[in-house]
Amino acid sequence: MSDGLIFDRLFGPSAHQVAIRGHFVRGQASIAGRRVEVIGTWDAAALDSALTLELAAAVLACVEAPRPPGEAPPPIVFIADTEGQALSRHEELLGLNGYFAHLARCVDLARRSGHQTLTLVNGQAVSGGFLAFGLLADRICALPGAQVRVMDLRAMARVTKIPFERLEVLASESPVFAPGAENYWRMGGIHEVWPDDRADWRPLLAEALAAIDASPAGDQRPQLGANRGGRLLAARIAERVALG
Amino acid sequence: MNAKRLNQASYYEASARARIAGLVDAGSFDEFCPPALQQTSPHLALLDAPLAFDDGVVVGSARMDNRPILIAAQEGRFNGGSVGEVHGAKIRGLLIRAVREKPAAVILLVDSGGVRLHEANAGLIAISEIMRALLDAQAAGIPVIAVVGGSCGAFGGMGIVTRMCDVVVMSEEGRLSLSGPEVIETVKGVGEFDAKDKALVWRTTGGKLRRTLGEAAYLVDDNLDAFRSTLAEILGIARPDNALAALKADQAALTARRSTLADSADGLDIWRRAGFPAPEQVPMLDTDTFNILLAAHPLELAHE
Repeated sequence: MSDGLIFDRLFGPSAHQVAIRGHFVRGQASIAGRRVEVIGTWDAAALDSALTLELAAAVLACVEAPRPPGEAPPPIVFIADTEGQALSRHEELLGLNGYFAHLARCVDLARRSGHQTLTLVNGQAVSGGFLAFGLLADRICALPGAQVRVMDLRAMARVTKIPFERLEVLASESPVFAPGAENYWRMGGIHEVWPDDRADWRPLLAEALAAIDASPAGDQRPQLGANRGGRLLAARIAERVALG
Repeated sequence: MNAKRLNQASYYEASARARIAGLVDAGSFDEFCPPALQQTSPHLALLDAPLAFDDGVVVGSARMDNRPILIAAQEGRFNGGSVGEVHGAKIRGLLIRAVREKPAAVILLVDSGGVRLHEANAGLIAISEIMRALLDAQAAGIPVIAVVGGSCGAFGGMGIVTRMCDVVVMSEEGRLSLSGPEVIETVKGVGEFDAKDKALVWRTTGGKLRRTLGEAAYLVDDNLDAFRSTLAEILGIARPDNALAALKADQAALTARRSTLADSADGLDIWRRAGFPAPEQVPMLDTDTFNILLAAHPLELAHE
């Protein structure tokens, strides 16, 4: 969705003040009577150091914002629409990976400061642009039609030197390398893929935030991947190393 | 047993196992999920690709100067040290174990191009899970130290993981960045980044540049003993700090770096700006000389 219509569907037409400036999304909204902060990327952003710093500053501002006594920290809803990391020699010189690491730390600080974090994948979420913030949230939902991937199958065929036709066949049998939100769902990397038959997403959003409260602390995604049959070893092997 | 034994063997040339053996106290390494368990990648098997019984990463506990540590070493010779489901789960498990065992540090010998494309989705998710587990270990007060000095460097998701560590130790042969030069050249053209220009690649991603920018806290010679003695020194002093004040300071420094380097094309411009007497000579300097010059000519970040 190319305009701000998604915010009407997420929060209701009069319950959000979200501004889109270039590739940066920022605002406040309310859902089920609760205030939430909205931070994200827009229009398939190529995540560079400047945009990463904008995102990090917004997260830090949420953590620092004064609140009336007794009011819980508001949830942060991340909108992830990114074609991946910016591909540029100058960004590499700056150490773009360090900017992403900083943003990841900021997201984690927000979590530890009591903010629930929820990522909504809108459009596409690719590779490093997704790692930098979206994949760090407590819960990750793909909006209808969202694409998630590391690399498209043709590029993968070139790099791995495995014929494209063979990859296509294998992709239909295994979720591990083919693009697609459903594949990430099966592997536990995405908690929910929202159905595309709803005009009003408010109930889905409220349920997703409630699900964060109801979930045990810590990263449950490896176990989720095992339960869904898409990633059978990650949880077991980590446990073997952690406890063995 | 001589804990102070000199080991001048090249870190760059050594295998993952040889690196661990050369860094930790003799006989102290205890491997978790060892090759005898033959925990290979089922996804590589599906593609008839070569397998490794350790899936390209060695994890375990050891002692360094008689302090307990947990250590992981990626094997750059197996699929470029890339992270797949099993490989990533082993590193994540080690970081989870750290929260319980409270070692003096977790040491990650990073040698990786990032996500393993043969199992790309599993690799991407695994790296985000490593990031979560690393942050948990730091929150529990365990320092995590990254070492970059192998042939694959630290790229992609492992470049991000490396920069999340509390201390980064590099040799000048090490490279630390995000997108590989080949990827940038393929997508954006040779005018953006000429991946065959090795000197340019090195001035854009190499150890001396990363040390100059402060991303690596130490630049050491490419031998196991130089790495070992530096790591032993760090063990007593590294402390994780992801508190608000620290992250605000990082935000300011990263913002300042963007403006300081706005007109810099590569390391040469940066060494010139820092005031190195002969910037074009920097690639030829030995490590000690470079470190002395850097101490005398630190890069001052512009203030906004």
